[in-house]
Amino acid sequence: MLKVNDINVYYGKIHALKGISLDVKQGEIVALIGANGAGKSTTLKTISGMLRTKTGSISFLDEDISHTEAHKLVAKGLAHVPEGRRCFLQMTVMENLEMGAYTDPSNVKAGIEDVFERFPRLKHRKNQIAGTLSGGEQQMLAMGRALMSRPKLMMLDEPSMGLAPILVEQIFSIIKEMNEMGTTVLLVEQNAGMALEIADRAYVLESGRLVLSGTGKELLGSDEIKKAYLGG
Amino acid sequence: MTFIFNLINGISLGSVYAIIALGYTMVYGIAKMLNFAHGDVIMIGAYVSYCATTYMGLNPLLSVVIAMVVCTALGIIIEGLAYKPLRKAPALAVLITAIGVSYFLQNSALLIWGSAPKNFSSIVSFDSISLAGGKLIITSESIVTVIACIVIMIALTLFIKKSKMGKAMRAVSEDKGAAELMGINVNLTISVTFAIGSALAAVAGVLLCSAYPILIPTTGSMPGIKAFTAAVFGGIGSIPGAMLGGILLGIIEIFGRAYISSELADAIVFAVLIVVLLVKPTGLLGKKINEKV
Ligand SMILES: Nc1ncnc2c1ncn2[C@@H]1O[C@H](COP(=O)(O)OP(=O)(O)OP(=O)(O)O)[C@@H](O)[C@H]1O
Ligand SMILES: [Mg+2]
Repeated sequence: MLKVNDINVYYGKIHALKGISLDVKQGEIVALIGANGAGKSTTLKTISGMLRTKTGSISFLDEDISHTEAHKLVAKGLAHVPEGRRCFLQMTVMENLEMGAYTDPSNVKAGIEDVFERFPRLKHRKNQIAGTLSGGEQQMLAMGRALMSRPKLMMLDEPSMGLAPILVEQIFSIIKEMNEMGTTVLLVEQNAGMALEIADRAYVLESGRLVLSGTGKELLGSDEIKKAYLGG
Repeated sequence: MTFIFNLINGISLGSVYAIIALGYTMVYGIAKMLNFAHGDVIMIGAYVSYCATTYMGLNPLLSVVIAMVVCTALGIIIEGLAYKPLRKAPALAVLITAIGVSYFLQNSALLIWGSAPKNFSSIVSFDSISLAGGKLIITSESIVTVIACIVIMIALTLFIKKSKMGKAMRAVSEDKGAAELMGINVNLTISVTFAIGSALAAVAGVLLCSAYPILIPTTGSMPGIKAFTAAVFGGIGSIPGAMLGGILLGIIEIFGRAYISSELADAIVFAVLIVVLLVKPTGLLGKKINEKV
């Protein structure tokens, strides 16, 4: 479904991604893990068109998207929930969800019902300004907002960041649920243990290079991973 | 009676400031830049209207429409040529570019229309209203200006609240990156914002010159600066703020001129701005953003 082939991304002179290739197949949950500054967010931003690669190519649903403008990718079925949620803090929960259906206005009503079913906490706060939501609620809102475009592939950048363990569990089970309902997921996480548990496959990124890949189970059992990311 | 007369004049002048301030505030809110060339678009609008009526003998209302069309195009071109390439540049570079564009417009006007003042004839053709046995005269220009200001305010508020483009503008104003990820064409949204601001500038130019009929290439600069002040005064980025700031500024200016000193009127205006910003740095209706990390 998504094929990333040998991309090199720079911030000015900083060479952030050094020849990354990865692929995501329909129906999978693929995790991308790595330490701070490894280039995980950069990878997602390049896929969603916010950054450009100098080399190689990116294709989504057999179409080359390496030069497609970011705003055109949403309608093609690619959603990106960015690091730090980036909800529209001055808009209400409802307005945020409406923005999510910007390219697909016919889905506003059904989409909102669906989101409220998945995230009942949002329903009770639907007229509240997003800036007054808790971190966990904002994460739910960001995911709900992305769901409003009925994406085929959802890319999530550190959805568990800054959340209490119980909320993390909840977010991960929602991701699994979304996936079972048919959304393919590319998941970036620092929380490697949790991510590997729900992932079909995973890639490990280190200073802009892919150093390991395998199924979630394989990586969970690997000594290198245990040492570097799972605290022993 | 003179008090009421001054008050009406103040509201009327303030309405012009408010219409100009809307352009500043929208562009600032959405593109996060101060378009210091905005005042000069006003002047161009007035010249276009002047030419359409004087040289082509067109109906004054039609001349306003033409001025709006020309200024809309001008706004889009300025944004596309001068500002768009600087989208990721430091704010200072954009600011200096805007000042450059401002001088470019003034000097182009000087080249095209010369330095001799043009005598702008009012686009309003009905008579002034005389009340209280002729003691209080409300000029027809004042009436038209205030009505135009109210209509624009309501239309713009509805547009931003209800229309798809308006919602896109609010999203872009909050977070360009997130807006892009929602599928919003951020560049187009910014262009439309410039287009609307410039069309309003044309209206403001015509109204301003209808009330104060001397038209020269620098006609737009002082009102431009004052409208910018009004936008900051009301809370930059806020549409009702631009309105309130503009009208208050107009009233303060006219009262300062009438009761204190006509030389000091402008100084008083800016002094009030400084005091307001000291007390409330976000301006009268400026939003305090509560961010959660
Ligand atoms: N806007 C930028 N300008 C310059 N360098 C940047 C920029 N954004 C990221 N980088 C650099 O690129 C590298 C990869 O950053 P990236 O944000 O992709 O890391 P990450 O894996 O997402 O880290 P984290 O887990 O902390 O979010 C880092 O070395 C970072 O310093
Ligand atoms: Mg990151």
